[in-house]
Amino acid sequence: MFEALIVMALGAVVLGGALGYAAVRFRVEGDPLVEKIDAILPQTQCGQCGYPGCKPYAQAIAKGEAEINQCPPGGEEGIHKLADLLGREFKPLSAEHGIEKPKAIALIDEQTCIGCTLCIQACPVDAIVGAAKQMHTVIADQCTGCELCLPPCPVNCISMEPIAESVENWKWKYPVFKLTPSRKEAA
Amino acid sequence: MSALRKLFRFHGGVKPDYHKDASTRQPIAIAPIPAELVIPLHQSIGGPPRPLVQAGERVLKGQRIGDADGNVSSAVHASTSGTVRAVEMRRMPHTSGLSALCVVIEPDGRDEWIARQPFDFRGASPTETRDYLRDAGVVGLGGAVFPSHLKLNAGKQGRLDTLVLNGAECEPFITCDDLLMRERGEAILKGAAIMREMLAAGRVLIGIEDNKPEAIAAMTEAARTAGDDAIQVVAVPTRYPAGGAKQLIRVLTGIEVPHGERSTDYGVQCFNVGTAYAIHEAITLGQPLISRIVTVAGNVGQARNYEVLFGTPMRDLTALCKPLPDSDRVIMGGPMMGFRMPGDEVPVVKATNCVLVGSGALFPPPPPEMSCIRCGECAKVCPSDLQPFEMYWFARARLFGKAQEYHLFDCIECGCCAYVCPSRIPLVDYYRFAKSEIWAREVEKEAADLARDRYEFRLLREEREKQEKAAKLAAKTAAGREKAAAALAEAEKPARTPEEEAKHALIAAALERAKAQKEQAQPENTSNLSPEQQAEIAAIEARRAEIREQAKPHLRADD
Repeated sequence: MFEALIVMALGAVVLGGALGYAAVRFRVEGDPLVEKIDAILPQTQCGQCGYPGCKPYAQAIAKGEAEINQCPPGGEEGIHKLADLLGREFKPLSAEHGIEKPKAIALIDEQTCIGCTLCIQACPVDAIVGAAKQMHTVIADQCTGCELCLPPCPVNCISMEPIAESVENWKWKYPVFKLTPSRKEAA
Repeated sequence: MSALRKLFRFHGGVKPDYHKDASTRQPIAIAPIPAELVIPLHQSIGGPPRPLVQAGERVLKGQRIGDADGNVSSAVHASTSGTVRAVEMRRMPHTSGLSALCVVIEPDGRDEWIARQPFDFRGASPTETRDYLRDAGVVGLGGAVFPSHLKLNAGKQGRLDTLVLNGAECEPFITCDDLLMRERGEAILKGAAIMREMLAAGRVLIGIEDNKPEAIAAMTEAARTAGDDAIQVVAVPTRYPAGGAKQLIRVLTGIEVPHGERSTDYGVQCFNVGTAYAIHEAITLGQPLISRIVTVAGNVGQARNYEVLFGTPMRDLTALCKPLPDSDRVIMGGPMMGFRMPGDEVPVVKATNCVLVGSGALFPPPPPEMSCIRCGECAKVCPSDLQPFEMYWFARARLFGKAQEYHLFDCIECGCCAYVCPSRIPLVDYYRFAKSEIWAREVEKEAADLARDRYEFRLLREEREKQEKAAKLAAKTAAGREKAAAALAEAEKPARTPEEEAKHALIAAALERAKAQKEQAQPENTSNLSPEQQAEIAAIEARRAEIREQAKPHLRADD
């Protein structure tokens, strides 16, 4: 009886020690789920989801505070990916957060720009260059198309230009099926 | 030297009808200079070259008009002398029918060359030679237009075992390499010798399909004349796609280059015979790549091979061959791997090995696609040992990750699977769709990663700026307080340093001295007085005292 107790107590101490060591030694920094969700999100940093950026939205999804259908730039495909990752049901994009648009980038009309720097402060990815009372311009390669620079502009000189199809970014289309009427319909 | 050697087999392959006779009956002809040359700037794999000329400028034949953008790119040259009419967007020889930047040249008919100088590649470093070839616009002429200078690198070991020259030309209708080997074998071998030196390759194997006996004979003769035992001409069995680089390497050397690795890791590098010819022209003659041999075949009265200047509209080229009246399409490349052109005005470019004129009768529309019955025929003929039906399902279901797991990117789009498919599924179209979707996603992912980094850096920067501002403010407040405290302390006790003490002592001594001097000095009007004056002063003083005595009670009363 006494021996059995000692054996059990010893076992508890050894296993507890091992678990405690493992918890310290193999500690995972950060939340891997948030990282995975963040990797799916398009990083537009537009805030249309109601959170101040993609990472906070990812954190909210991971905590179960936000739905997976609040990201218009990610579109249906993004929702499908999130649904697959989280084992949740697919939901169509929530209308209150916006609609899926073709990718566009901001363009500053350089004739109208007064150099107020308000758009520079609004850009979440620092993709606008310029200085006070100097013309501003958008670095096209770094613009995510978040549209956050549009409201602060006092002279409405920023427009969103959809990215044109070129030989470089052209994609092969999904092979089209030719629909032929069935015999029943033809008869 | 043609030699009996053990050959190997690649998996699968098909034997389509070759249709090569029509275009091999006549020698290569020089295509006339067209009325207008439209030279696209982007003609190779890699970055699009930057235009070097402007509208109105006169250019000479072989003058560089587009400068390579970085090392993974290739320069573009004017194909003849003339005037640049415009640098503008023109329709490209591309399935999409989209436009890209082209240099439009109006030829002056004089065909005047720039100063041509042979390049001494033996006296130059390998890097200089590669830069020269990049600026000479030499790219792979087998169809992939990969910049050749990037392939002329012997890799880690610094030497290769085998340089393979690809003269297999397995695709139906195309005979441009065949004719080039028949007529210009010597120049090809000179180019091969240059490549062999650059790659330090032990031997050169020239693989030619055995349905081209004339080319094999011509190359064997050229090799015999060259008298180099290391160069061997090898006839390989005719089976499509024996001209695929990996397939030809497999047949000639038995080496199967694994997924994700390069043939140079196995001591083999493969070039098209046309590329060898272009390298010879660039290095020995100093002529950049401005023309190539193009087969014009298909629904034409007189199929033939032409040496065509880049930028020649395909319409001008097909007109030479009397296209039949029912012709309704132009295909760049062969019937297996070629691309249908958006129109016949698009220019001939470096990738154009064949301009195939088609019609409804020659290439009847494919019968309706039916469901996949999982017969596995496609897997039997796949020269890359893939499972095309699996990739088809995943591509069709848009499960691109799964398609990639089945090595979609090892697919060479040869079209064997679609050729044998009993359900006539356009399999290659699905693979091309899946590949371009995956590439687009990769580009998007890169952009997203960049945006994430920049966003996080911005947050970091804002945080840092906030802290710096707070620190500055705190420092300012602290400095103000310190100043006040110091002033207070100064008022309470004059804490003096020894130097100040000494200074003060000096000042005090000076004051003391001044005082003593002042005391010593007598008022001048009272010194050295005569006795009368003394008596007068004494009388006045006595009167004053008297008056003071008399005024005393009054003064007191006044108080």
